[in-house]
Amino acid sequence: MDSDDEVNSVISSEDLGGDADSSVGDFGGDDSDVDFDELQEHDGFDTQEKDLKPRKKAFEIDHKVYSPEDIQRQQDDQVAEVATLLEQPHESTAILLRYGRWNKERLIEQYMDNQEEVLDKAGLGQDVQKSPPRIEVIDGFVCDICCEDTPGLRSFALKCGHRFCVDCYRQYLAQKIRGEGEAARIKCPGDGCNRVVDAKSLDILVRTDLTDRYHQLLMRTYVDDKENLKWCPSPNCVYAIECGVRKRDLTRVVPTVFCDCKHSFCFGCTLPDHQPCPCSLVKLWLKKCEDDSETANWISANTKECPKCHSTIEKNGGCNHMTCRKCRNEFCWMCMGMWSEHGTSWYNCSRFEEKSGLDARDAQARSRQSLERYLHYFNRYHNHEQSAKLDKDIFHKTEKKMTLLQSASDMSWIEVQFLEEASQALQRCRQTLKWTYAFAYYLARNNETEIFEDNQKNLELAVEDLSEMFEKPTDQLSGLRVEMMDKTTFCNRRRIVVLDDTAKRLKEGVSYNLHFYGFGVVC
Amino acid sequence: MAANKRIMKELGEINTNPPPGCAIRLAKEDDINLWDVTMDGPQDSPYTGGKFHIQIVLPKEYPFKPPVLTFRTKIYHPNVTNDDKGAMCLGMLRADEWKPPNKIVDVLKLVRAVLAAPQPDDAVEAGIANEFKTDRKAFDKTAQDWVKKYAK
Repeated sequence: MDSDDEVNSVISSEDLGGDADSSVGDFGGDDSDVDFDELQEHDGFDTQEKDLKPRKKAFEIDHKVYSPEDIQRQQDDQVAEVATLLEQPHESTAILLRYGRWNKERLIEQYMDNQEEVLDKAGLGQDVQKSPPRIEVIDGFVCDICCEDTPGLRSFALKCGHRFCVDCYRQYLAQKIRGEGEAARIKCPGDGCNRVVDAKSLDILVRTDLTDRYHQLLMRTYVDDKENLKWCPSPNCVYAIECGVRKRDLTRVVPTVFCDCKHSFCFGCTLPDHQPCPCSLVKLWLKKCEDDSETANWISANTKECPKCHSTIEKNGGCNHMTCRKCRNEFCWMCMGMWSEHGTSWYNCSRFEEKSGLDARDAQARSRQSLERYLHYFNRYHNHEQSAKLDKDIFHKTEKKMTLLQSASDMSWIEVQFLEEASQALQRCRQTLKWTYAFAYYLARNNETEIFEDNQKNLELAVEDLSEMFEKPTDQLSGLRVEMMDKTTFCNRRRIVVLDDTAKRLKEGVSYNLHFYGFGVVC
Repeated sequence: MAANKRIMKELGEINTNPPPGCAIRLAKEDDINLWDVTMDGPQDSPYTGGKFHIQIVLPKEYPFKPPVLTFRTKIYHPNVTNDDKGAMCLGMLRADEWKPPNKIVDVLKLVRAVLAAPQPDDAVEAGIANEFKTDRKAFDKTAQDWVKKYAK
């Protein structure tokens, strides 16, 4: 490390993070303008240790899991470091850092430029070094909130001098913390006062149940403020993930991260893992499915378009002689040709050779094509989603199967583990397959897309094979053990091929089918 | 409740010394959390001559939560919703800007100031705000028509 570190003898984030990446990621905002590629390459030659490990796949993303204690320590260390630099007490430094959204480089710079302004804006005013605020009884005090003036009324004021009775102060804080989920930036209750209530004052005023919530919220704000940190979205999970991928990298990388709670999610959008489909497409696709899928299915199955004005028409009576309500065009439901060409042959439409009918059916076919195309991808996407759910049900039965298998054959516990591995492989692969279809919907037709589709097909075949074996009755399973293990490995390998290939393509830039990409774009 | 003492005091003060153009009373004798205000349209504004009924609900957390203010008289104004709610959302009435020492009398003064000088950049009715900014004449006209129609 360079000599700068020796000047600040306190612990820096590098000691926490362990590798060089985390320190790069630490300083959100302008200073962090490190390109994603550089970050990755840098990683490649900086640590020799990594050379010993198998080379990282293109779709794998460096990330680290932090416990609440780690997060607390990170904050404490940064506060300590900045406190020495700014020569401010820890409480004030913490407030300054929260005010500066934990961008310490920028904060220090601003502080050096104009100390008073920064202190003022952070709600610290000038006299931070004086005696700490405490609860006092002052003669003749009237609380401006509750209008209470009983002698001996206990009151509290921050440095700004806006004094209120302890009960009101408490209630105010409780309302902010519990009611509004506010923590790092609670202001003095005084009218127009911007001074921030610091953690120490808060500890003097409120009871432990509220303090716990307060500190929890402070922690939330810390992680929320840092671009390189995100909470694991899994319910009840307390871990946070650190990852160097930035928002602007998201078109070229799908940063799936793995939390210690076993949940895997995308660091970019915090949705469950959606490799290989990039975040923006996932968003488009989900929106589209929400809007269109059911309606589109129904429209496709039950309606036709008027050959003249292209209004969508549902046939609600038995007669084939249709009159468009909008343009009054009369046509035959069967052949879509003009009704006038039908003459009197009402009931059996034998006039398929008619030109107007042919043309109309052509136009119809074209307009339906885009719908059909969407449904093609949607049905496959949906199918894998459903199958993954079904596989999961089976997974719950797997444990039972495993015990059954243990008693039915002479297999040991370790020998029946292949079932669990197979089940997990199925889950993972279906998840990937599902998103390959959403991805494919937006892809332009070219050679690369064909390679992608080949890879997709190979994975799908492997998955269906394994899925079939997985459903076999228990007594047949022991005989299939070796075959299933092979298939599991094969599935996992095929999945890696798909992901690796698309990750590489994304990095180079993918050409999308602009027609569909632009279709239904949301802001 | 500590809040009662505060509300009673505010009510007492506001009745002995009401803000200009405002008459305040409780909507119901036994409910100090529901206030009825009659506000005169400010001079030199399109609302002049109008009488506007404003209802103020003090939430049970008052004064830790801001009062909720609604126009019961229809009014053509960028900062008042043009629906049956007549809601107003302005500076100090927002939860994050409200401070417990703020008083109803301050709120009423603010409301009257906003009637006199609408704040189109803080509008709840974008259409009206736009008209206010681009075609002041048409805005004044409609506002006056509405006063004649609803606020007499």
